[in-house]
Amino acid sequence: MLQFLIRRTFGAALILLLISAFTFFMFFAIPQDPATLACGKNCTPDALAIIHKNLGLDKPVTVQYWTFLVGIFAGRDFAVGHCAAPCFGVSFANNQNVWDTIVDRFPLTLSLTAGSLIVFLFLGLGAGLLAAKNRGTWIDKLFSSGSLVVSSLQIYFLGPLVLLALVYSTGWLDKPKYVPFSEDIGGWFMGLLIPWVVMATIFTANYTRMSRSSMIEQLQEEHVRAARAKGMSANYTFFRYAWRGSLIPIVTILGIDLSSLLSGGMVTELTFSLAGLGRLALDSVTNKDLPMLMGVMLVSAALIIVFNLIVDALYAVIDPRVRLS
Amino acid sequence: MTSPIELEGVDTSSALDKESASPSKAEEPKKLAGRSPSQLMWARFKRDRTGVVSAFVVLFYFLIAAAAPLISMVYGKDPYTLYGQDRPELLDMFTMPAKPVGGIDGEFWFGIEPGLGRDVLTQLVYGIRTSLATALAATIIMTILGVLLGLVGGYFGGRIDYWLGRVTDFFMALPSQLFFVAAMPVITTVFVAPDEETPTYVRTCAIIIVLSFLGWMSMARIVRGATLSLRDREFIEAARISGASPWRIIRKELLPNIVTPTLVQATLTLPSTILSIAFLSFVGVGYVEPTPDWGRMFAIGANIVEQDPYYMLFPGIAMVIFVVAFNLLGDSVRDAFDPKTGR
Repeated sequence: MLQFLIRRTFGAALILLLISAFTFFMFFAIPQDPATLACGKNCTPDALAIIHKNLGLDKPVTVQYWTFLVGIFAGRDFAVGHCAAPCFGVSFANNQNVWDTIVDRFPLTLSLTAGSLIVFLFLGLGAGLLAAKNRGTWIDKLFSSGSLVVSSLQIYFLGPLVLLALVYSTGWLDKPKYVPFSEDIGGWFMGLLIPWVVMATIFTANYTRMSRSSMIEQLQEEHVRAARAKGMSANYTFFRYAWRGSLIPIVTILGIDLSSLLSGGMVTELTFSLAGLGRLALDSVTNKDLPMLMGVMLVSAALIIVFNLIVDALYAVIDPRVRLS
Repeated sequence: MTSPIELEGVDTSSALDKESASPSKAEEPKKLAGRSPSQLMWARFKRDRTGVVSAFVVLFYFLIAAAAPLISMVYGKDPYTLYGQDRPELLDMFTMPAKPVGGIDGEFWFGIEPGLGRDVLTQLVYGIRTSLATALAATIIMTILGVLLGLVGGYFGGRIDYWLGRVTDFFMALPSQLFFVAAMPVITTVFVAPDEETPTYVRTCAIIIVLSFLGWMSMARIVRGATLSLRDREFIEAARISGASPWRIIRKELLPNIVTPTLVQATLTLPSTILSIAFLSFVGVGYVEPTPDWGRMFAIGANIVEQDPYYMLFPGIAMVIFVVAFNLLGDSVRDAFDPKTGR
């Protein structure tokens, strides 16, 4: 188990390194000079040269990449001041420290993603189990056809409609906003309720279908039938034997969905005007703020990889065969 | 392998025929003809009512997209004219449609756009045209890339396969949507100087390049898998022994056999590509004003949903129907191709 985790961590670190190189060189494929972006509208050649020197753009790209990598672990010195250890540079748009901005925006994205993850796992798996248990009845048909339609909805369509129904016309809820968890738990919950539900709705359907079909498959397995034949109760075999096995394919698609969850966060943040990491990425694309964009991309990629590691570890918890191999 | 062919090849309703068919017909000797896998697939697909209906719905969308100029001509409006600006009575003092329900009437069937006062129906029709055309082009390039890389990896195996596999893994590990967003300005600046206006065709090219560059992986995996299972079959070995070049084997022996899985995967890729394009336009890095685009209509609609929710209604419903139909079609095509994966 430990060996498995160590091997996976090394693999993850390698992938992360590759992604950072890929992103870095992708941005330097731009024929345009990043310094003109940092320099702004009224730019003199002298100012441009100073910026070049400050950003280290006068050196070859590989050296710049190395400086960037070292900066992440050891910090860097810029003209505006020292940039402490996890240094991803300084924004071109507003001279803010990239890492500080990311740390500032991160709690919202985490709350949004984690909240909707819990909601859709709960709803999706629940509906799937119910449908599998009542296979062929109207409950099953309702969930199956319902999930087909619901999975075809898009956040940017459903979100505004829900806002209209619950906020603008009826006033039942306030417009979604982010209140830090540490300040006011109730406000945090109520402020993010609509985004959670909307974002979760899109994902729920997929998990309903998946959990239904894999549950039905599991219920026909020999060991489940054997357990039932031994005289264990229907409920006990359903949850203790079949459900556990049915989770394996679900964990697999969960790992695949993590990155779309992140992009779903981007759309959700835009739809509900919340300022998280996704919004930060979009804004830095509009402002051509390369250091910020690099930072957000790397942090997001790292997050996805860490989550995937957790998912891999979950496999081992659910399926004993993984632990042994 | 033989069971589906036997079941399909022998007419399944022969037992019923004896009772119901007229005597003259029954006297004709039944011809037992072999059917190719694609014929079998087609026969199975035709029996699937949901599949056929959704195929018609999807076809309908493609027809609308292709006939957009014709529709606009017959209907007498286009997606660019600012009707609300030319005729002040159409919009009220808040530049919202003056008539109730988003300005829907006999003249503007789907209402008019708040602010600029454009016609919603033609915007939607042209928007579908933009999305479908871009998605189709991207899907074709993705398919070609995927088939090529998958075939090469699967056929040659060994070190080439290993490294192609690692590259595929790497691209799959990228947070794709985030990379779409980040790569868009990079690709556009390759074509256009920063201070110039980006022409629409450059945007289209950029979208297609970004989507296909980051979207070929699943196709490559599927083709590689199919090729691996075919590589050691007798007919390939026979071709190799008779001196066929690798290129000929790939082209004449392997390609015809992977057409079906490729088609199935392409039917699944197209709708997700359309959604990706809509996503790009929604977040503001895809198509921009004044190009009519499906996803951009949601960006406009989401901003004004409080004042005029009807603007988004038709694009939204159209998209839901489209995605449902395409998902059902994809399922049916997969079932027809491989009846073992029953739902």
